[in-house]
Amino acid sequence: IMADNGDDDSQYRMKEGDYVVLKRGDIFKAAQIVAKKKVIFEKQWFFLDNAVGHLYNSTFEIHSGQLQLKKTSDTGGSADSKEAAGVDNRNIVDDGKSQKLTRDDIEMLKEKGLKGQEIIQQLIDNSSTFKDKTEYAQDKYIKKKKKKYENSVTLLKPSCRILAMMYHGREPGKICHLRYDTLAQMLTLANIHAGSKVVVFETCAGLVLGAVMERMGGFGSVVQMYPGGGPVRAGVDSFGFPAHFHHTLHEFPLCRVNALLNGTLEAAGKDPGNSRAVQRNSVWRPELLTLRARSQRSQRRGRRRDEQEKKQRLDERRKKLSAAAAVLEGRNADGLVIASRFHPCPVLMGLLPLLAPSRPFVVYSQYKEPLVECYSKLKEQGGTVNLQLTNTWLRHYQVLPNRTHPVLLMSGGGGYLLSGTTVASGPSKPGQSKPCFSNCRTCDSAV
Amino acid sequence: MSFAEYSESIAEGDVAIIYLSHDSMMPVKVQRGAQTQTRYGVIRHSQDLIGHKYGSKVSCSKGWVHVLHPTPELWTVSLPHRTQILYTTDISMITMMLELKPGSIVCESGTGSGSLSHAIIRSIAPTGHLHTVEFHQQRALKVQEEFMEHRVGNMVTVRNQDVCKDGFGVSGVADAAFLDIPSPWDAVGHAKSALKKQGGRVCSFSPCIEQVQRTCAAFTDHGFSELCTIEILLQVHDVRTVSLPVPDFGPNSDLNRDQNRDQNQTQNQNQSSPGAVTIKTTTVPREIPGHTGFLTFATKPRT
Repeated sequence: IMADNGDDDSQYRMKEGDYVVLKRGDIFKAAQIVAKKKVIFEKQWFFLDNAVGHLYNSTFEIHSGQLQLKKTSDTGGSADSKEAAGVDNRNIVDDGKSQKLTRDDIEMLKEKGLKGQEIIQQLIDNSSTFKDKTEYAQDKYIKKKKKKYENSVTLLKPSCRILAMMYHGREPGKICHLRYDTLAQMLTLANIHAGSKVVVFETCAGLVLGAVMERMGGFGSVVQMYPGGGPVRAGVDSFGFPAHFHHTLHEFPLCRVNALLNGTLEAAGKDPGNSRAVQRNSVWRPELLTLRARSQRSQRRGRRRDEQEKKQRLDERRKKLSAAAAVLEGRNADGLVIASRFHPCPVLMGLLPLLAPSRPFVVYSQYKEPLVECYSKLKEQGGTVNLQLTNTWLRHYQVLPNRTHPVLLMSGGGGYLLSGTTVASGPSKPGQSKPCFSNCRTCDSAV
Repeated sequence: MSFAEYSESIAEGDVAIIYLSHDSMMPVKVQRGAQTQTRYGVIRHSQDLIGHKYGSKVSCSKGWVHVLHPTPELWTVSLPHRTQILYTTDISMITMMLELKPGSIVCESGTGSGSLSHAIIRSIAPTGHLHTVEFHQQRALKVQEEFMEHRVGNMVTVRNQDVCKDGFGVSGVADAAFLDIPSPWDAVGHAKSALKKQGGRVCSFSPCIEQVQRTCAAFTDHGFSELCTIEILLQVHDVRTVSLPVPDFGPNSDLNRDQNRDQNQTQNQNQSSPGAVTIKTTTVPREIPGHTGFLTFATKPRT
């Protein structure tokens, strides 16, 4: 007998501030539990306050904008379908008049506070054709109505699986149409695991970065390369990682990669605004207390505060840059993951030098042709083996007694992957130069 | 070297992957004084492997090879088969859908040749654990040996028993359970009891749709939710340079000016020889690779 240890449970219970994913059927939406903050989901507004303290994956009913834990007994299926049923539809005429309740009638039922289950029973009772439908058709009818009149929402713990499906269903454009099975392949092909050093370049709202971080579990380090002003990471928050995960995350601007590889990246450059601020400090004299001087003084204080803040920001930026540079300059990263709207070729060729030999890289592209270019360039240049250009087909099945069949096929729309492994160039043993045969060829041009 | 952690150089006792070509790789146990025959010649472990960096090129009498650091993916395509195995495409989906990550506790049966097992261990390292059950005694011993050689033995427990009768050997501890056996419906109850009471994920892999139907019924009977059956297939694209001949429409004349312009354009673009144009494209194999099996996922709600 195991005592129900409340402490054991705490990591499985929702707290204020937690990130969750709202789910109803196949619709998902990321949200954060913030006291007294309304969320909108499937045309309903409600507060998440009442979820605090309950276990993740709990299902709630929505009543007057508040959550109420759904009793498990309420989730009754169509087990009580000992009702009359027909054999086939030869006599069923679809004239749109079989349902006796009008839209207004149904609204009134909703306003009376009837639960979804009860509304559905009303619809069944007021349908002239329900008893003539086959059992399977009745089942389908009930499922359809449940979907429409369901008033419940499940709160899930975020994970790569759930977020990847959510983004693909809701906002595929934000993630370059990366389908979740393709993302699954990327994480495995790049051998993402705890303790490694991974370089990521993505413009998928942070989904790919978050997925990599989840598979690293807070061990090792991740360097996010970014193209413009700063790294975009909104999607990473939705994963709800513990704070210490962020200590392993670095960022580095693409525009400084060449400098890093050339050894011309200054570790701690002088801030041009620095000396001016110091000067102004020594010039200010406390004796000047006229009104004008006071207002000037507070203006100067304001400017100085702004400059101090600016200086602080620049210092932080420089520290981050140095930290990331320190991680990268050994050129011994263990994995490279690229998934962006940029042409993959220059990105890949530019970042490959950061990888140690015998390490995997994976490049995602929504389109095949740019990856064909990458493949050709890599073959020309050498230094990689086991190149593969692939895409996956994903088929969903409905599995029900006597009603099992495929439902959906997703093929080319999920994007393409180019994967490979780096190999060493130059001497393989320190202090030893390799013998050169007369028919010496560059790496891997035969493959 | 370990299958769950990278190292820089090849050491004695390592298992390294010799890469000959895209469809030819072999694992090698590195031993002082040993030799390995390949179609390009002999590899002498002491001179060519030990102390060299992973990723190095090794020249042999008739050509060269590369030595790669082992990964579960390379192992999957080079391991000695004792049973039919799972390949990376299915393994990737299983890993993501079961939400495996460092620290996860996972139950698996049957272990088979250990293809999936190695991938699971890599994903749950260093703090997770795999409980894997194999009813064939020799296979159980062999795979245990390999886990030790691959330096991941501390993260896995192999049990030689029948999962349908005796379960996974643990109870209420797993975050995820995986079944790849002929009658998974007989093990659903055991999977349920192995999973944590706060809930967990389960997956069953079956080649036949009848097995899938029975398994889904068993999942439903045992109160599992969020059932999802899928199939994932890999499409490989081979990059090829192809030469297409350009037809001859006869000599120039004013009437055919536009036609000539088009012809000349195509010819000038990528001409390698007169009357032909080269293009870079991809081709797919005539048949896309066969069905491996159906993957059914489900969630065990809190009990």
